[in-house]
Amino acid sequence: MIRSLRWKGAAFTVPFQLGFVFLYLLPIGYAVYQSLYRSQSSGLGLGGTTDEFSGLDNYQQGLTDSAFMGSVLRVVLFACVQIPIMLLVSLVLALFLDALSSRMAGRFRILLLVPYMIPGVVAAIVWLNLYSPDVGPLTPLGEIFGFSWNFFAPSMVWPSIGNLLTWHGIGYNMVIIYSALQGVPRDLFEAARLDGASELRIARSIKIPFVRGALVLTGMLSIIQMLQIFNEPALFRNVTPQTVSDSFTPIMIIYNQAFNAGNYHYAAALSVLLALILGVASFLFYRFTSKETD
Amino acid sequence: MTLIEEPAKTRPVRRLTEPDPAARSRGGQRFLLVGLSLASVYSLFPVWWLIVASTKDRTGLYQSNGLWFSGWHLWDNLHQLFTYEHGIFLRWTANSFLYAGVGSLGGTLLALATGYGLARFDFPGRNLVFACVVGSFLIPIALLTLPLYLLFSEIGLVDTPWAMLIPCLINPFSVYLAKVYTEATIPFELLEAARIDGAGELRIFFSIVLRMMTTGGATVFLLAFVNTWNAFFLPLTVLRGENNWTLNIGLYNWSGKRLESGVDLTSLVLTGALLSIVPMAIMMVAMRRYWRSGVTLGALK
Repeated sequence: MIRSLRWKGAAFTVPFQLGFVFLYLLPIGYAVYQSLYRSQSSGLGLGGTTDEFSGLDNYQQGLTDSAFMGSVLRVVLFACVQIPIMLLVSLVLALFLDALSSRMAGRFRILLLVPYMIPGVVAAIVWLNLYSPDVGPLTPLGEIFGFSWNFFAPSMVWPSIGNLLTWHGIGYNMVIIYSALQGVPRDLFEAARLDGASELRIARSIKIPFVRGALVLTGMLSIIQMLQIFNEPALFRNVTPQTVSDSFTPIMIIYNQAFNAGNYHYAAALSVLLALILGVASFLFYRFTSKETD
Repeated sequence: MTLIEEPAKTRPVRRLTEPDPAARSRGGQRFLLVGLSLASVYSLFPVWWLIVASTKDRTGLYQSNGLWFSGWHLWDNLHQLFTYEHGIFLRWTANSFLYAGVGSLGGTLLALATGYGLARFDFPGRNLVFACVVGSFLIPIALLTLPLYLLFSEIGLVDTPWAMLIPCLINPFSVYLAKVYTEATIPFELLEAARIDGAGELRIFFSIVLRMMTTGGATVFLLAFVNTWNAFFLPLTVLRGENNWTLNIGLYNWSGKRLESGVDLTSLVLTGALLSIVPMAIMMVAMRRYWRSGVTLGALK
């Protein structure tokens, strides 16, 4: 390519690059810089505060902070339960759709995608009200069948949030898996049927291995989102502050450290830590899932 | 990543031929239909409940069966919603449209230019730029938003519309999509021919590339719009005064007030929640051809 043309091409990307530097690299650099300092109140507490270099102290504090590490563990455990359930349901629905005629599949696909059209905050508001013992229909419904469930009890909060996330996420994940399924060569099925394989067997031995990539991908996206979960617990906290504490998830702790405790330095260190945890988790998940395919 | 060579609007041909023989057995078909119907009921009943709830007055909401109508008070609820606190809800709606509309439009244009540059020119540092784009998918939002808040407050942007609009302009995922779409729709030969005819690079971009990228551009815009409309952490952090809030932040606030000050805002929250879905639903249905391809594309990254 001619030299001048190369530079003209590069010029198309310059506005984005500048923006990226100011809105991504600079903030990250600033966060890392802030995380290495601590505010100290000077003198007798009269002269305000000054920032002092403290090296990795904030990180050490974060790694031994039982509230923070506890919240990471809580979210990871939750992810290990909710994500497989959601992906399994999505996979089954995608397999069902794939076995229908295209017209029927199209209809069900639209219906099942309705939750995905609803903003996350609104979805949480709707389910909070469905769970509510005052206005929600689920409590009287439970009573008919002899259950008296309290969706906001400490032991029920995660299942309640999990149901909300599953409801919200099934359609999206189903569509991704479904479009991967459409790429399976149809003659494979014919051959398998001639060999006497049942539909269940075909699903298990041909279809599911074929959409493995899509499953790994949706799993990865879900993990990235889950470690950063904030909206749903924040809205639940609005309604049941006694069961959803302000240190329920890592991002809630970071937000509180920054805006309620006014401790930006510590919040910065925690967000860098969370980024590292996220990177490690994604890497491990990727290694773990791609190893098995070899 | 190589799965996305074809333009996204083509559908697999086999779907037009005959249904999968798995559906041929009657019993099997019935089993599938029952399963999918149950899943559809699960997907739809919360939305149904929300629609029903927003037509009820206070007594109806608390005392009647949640899944069926009891009186028709939708207009009263809307009136109350639009006049509460001098129509603050309308203001939030306008803000949401402003941030999502203008921010996504600007972001889409920038992304198309960047994607085109990355896909069709071989300049030094190109791979680095692309690596930054993909790498940024892994950055947690808190790591960006908190320092951004501090930087914005240094230059006096916190609590102004700019605090929402500026971050929307730079969207790495849009750039990624734009690059993929360029690779699929803009042939090198066409660019060569235009150059031989003496067209300048800017002219080529604005009058040829952008026109050929309408489908891709619409998808990028749609996904960016939905993302901004749904945003929560960023507006919660950078918008402090309620005049600049988005619908999400306003509804979040009301949903909490119900508890705090003894004011019952439940039916306001529910009617507002229903209304905030409407633009999303209209947009997604009207542009479903685009966003379907976008959803799958996004998944294949």
